[in-house]
Amino acid sequence: MNLRIVRVLLRKEYLQLFRDKMMLRQMLMLPFIQLLLLSTAATFEVKTANLYLVDRDHSVASRGLVDRLRASGRFRVADASPSMKLADDALLRRSAGMILGIPAGFERDAVRTRSASLQLVFNAEDGALAGVTNSYAQQIIAAYARELGVTFKPMVMETPHIEIRTRGWYNQELDYKDYMVPGILVQLLTLVGTLLTAMNIVREKELGTLEQLNVTPIPRSAFIAAKLIPLWTIALAELSLGLMVARWVFGVPMRGSLVLVFFAACIYLVVALGIGLWISTTVDTQQQAMFISFFLILIYLLMSGLFTPTRSMPEWAQWMAELNPVKHFIWIMRAVLLKGAGLADVARPLAILAASGAVVLTLAVRQYVKTSA
Amino acid sequence: MTEPAIAVRDLTRRFGGFTAVDSISFDVAPGEVFGFLGANGAGKTTAIRMLIGLLAPTSGEARVAGFDVVKQTEQIRHQIGYMSQRFSLYEDLTVLENIALYGGIYGLGAEQIAERSSAMLQSLGLADDLVGRLPLGRKQKLAFSVALLHEPAVVFLDEPTGGVDPITRRQFWELIYAAAEGGTTVFVTTHYMDEAEYCDRISIMVDGRIVTLGTPQELKSKWDVPTIDALFVKLARPA
Repeated sequence: MNLRIVRVLLRKEYLQLFRDKMMLRQMLMLPFIQLLLLSTAATFEVKTANLYLVDRDHSVASRGLVDRLRASGRFRVADASPSMKLADDALLRRSAGMILGIPAGFERDAVRTRSASLQLVFNAEDGALAGVTNSYAQQIIAAYARELGVTFKPMVMETPHIEIRTRGWYNQELDYKDYMVPGILVQLLTLVGTLLTAMNIVREKELGTLEQLNVTPIPRSAFIAAKLIPLWTIALAELSLGLMVARWVFGVPMRGSLVLVFFAACIYLVVALGIGLWISTTVDTQQQAMFISFFLILIYLLMSGLFTPTRSMPEWAQWMAELNPVKHFIWIMRAVLLKGAGLADVARPLAILAASGAVVLTLAVRQYVKTSA
Repeated sequence: MTEPAIAVRDLTRRFGGFTAVDSISFDVAPGEVFGFLGANGAGKTTAIRMLIGLLAPTSGEARVAGFDVVKQTEQIRHQIGYMSQRFSLYEDLTVLENIALYGGIYGLGAEQIAERSSAMLQSLGLADDLVGRLPLGRKQKLAFSVALLHEPAVVFLDEPTGGVDPITRRQFWELIYAAAEGGTTVFVTTHYMDEAEYCDRISIMVDGRIVTLGTPQELKSKWDVPTIDALFVKLARPA
């Protein structure tokens, strides 16, 4: 690698970058606006679920349970009847999102055998919604069970057995912003970084300026380095801006080291931008670059575990996800920011990212040929 | 005789079943102005692209400035200047920024770049504007000067005067002569047959082959035509 030539080329790239004020503003401002918008909108939090109550016990205990659910503000009793059939109809009509079935003898069983059964039925058309509602309900029921234990202590010896423990660690209030903001930030960095690099070299192909560079003695690695570095610094600036928004607008905790976050970002961005450069060296027009980038980015983002956990994917998809740099970086971001993970904890994904970076850059340099066959 | 600046032997390039350049051979002497003529699609640009290392030949050999175009492409790149049909300096950079870029790539020092830049601005009568704002004629002259910035042994000009007015063309040829006098070999393609008369020697390419080669004077008497223009019509469009 010829550092003198890299310097000469970098000067040209930065001049062009900062001369296009419109583009520069877009690069820095659009992700900022998207972060604000998406982080506010994209949440799994469920405000109020409509509940159909089938209470066949009509006891103090059953009314107590319904009161606890209602008092949480998460549930509203939309309708009630002793008929499971009517409840099913309501679910089908979507006038209720869930059914709470309390069998006759609920209170009696709870007192006598310290174990009572309950039925929760969800409309799982929207699986994520049903899952979240379920977890809310479970928490409240669990708390109520504990409470019954305390209340009836003189009469029952142990806590009644309707307890299902669900407890979120590190994000105990299940604040979805804490969880989503780092993920969305990574997503935006990836999108902007990959698209910009993917368009970059191919634009010079279209303009004819690349041919002029190709007849000069520029080493291929110097060329790729000079294309990578400016957008890499822009992306790091974007990350800083994004982290400030995460901290001060959304109050995302930053328990771990920011130095580690940036260190990981430096490596990750080589991968994300390297993929863009590889695309750019492969295609002949900006349209093709755009198409391939979107194709890859969509797969990356949807399989990153941001929207659906990778663990619930089929096995082949989980293997693919291992190759997904977005997944690893989201994982690192969440681990460091939310759990305060240290270098040792994130060493594995970091190593995978570093290896991917090396592979992608090698591919891009090899793909960039000055003499066409 | 010294080694030729360009030596081509049976150079061929096929694209699938189509033969764009069909076994051409010629030599160009150092300091010569060589006119490479041919109709559109005759294979001129394909031939140039092979000589400057942008395109791999299918068969045959070529040496530029003593280096093999296949095996020693990187050495050739230090020795040549190239001006393509399409204007290809950076329009969003200024004149001086473009000069500094190419000067830097070829390893000129800051002082050399400053010196040659100011000489260039003066001789071309340019201010340090964004290149995109220059009129076409000035752009072409600038592109030529930048191609000569590192004082290459050979400069390849692919239709350098396309679309510019006669006065500018005239000035452009003065620049070409000045370069040739300085010892640079000039390999130029053109559509303007009056320009062909300015060349030391010319070749005419038809359907990928070189059909005739010599000084303008020789060719005119050999084919018994009054002008190169008449010769071109006779050869390029056989009845």
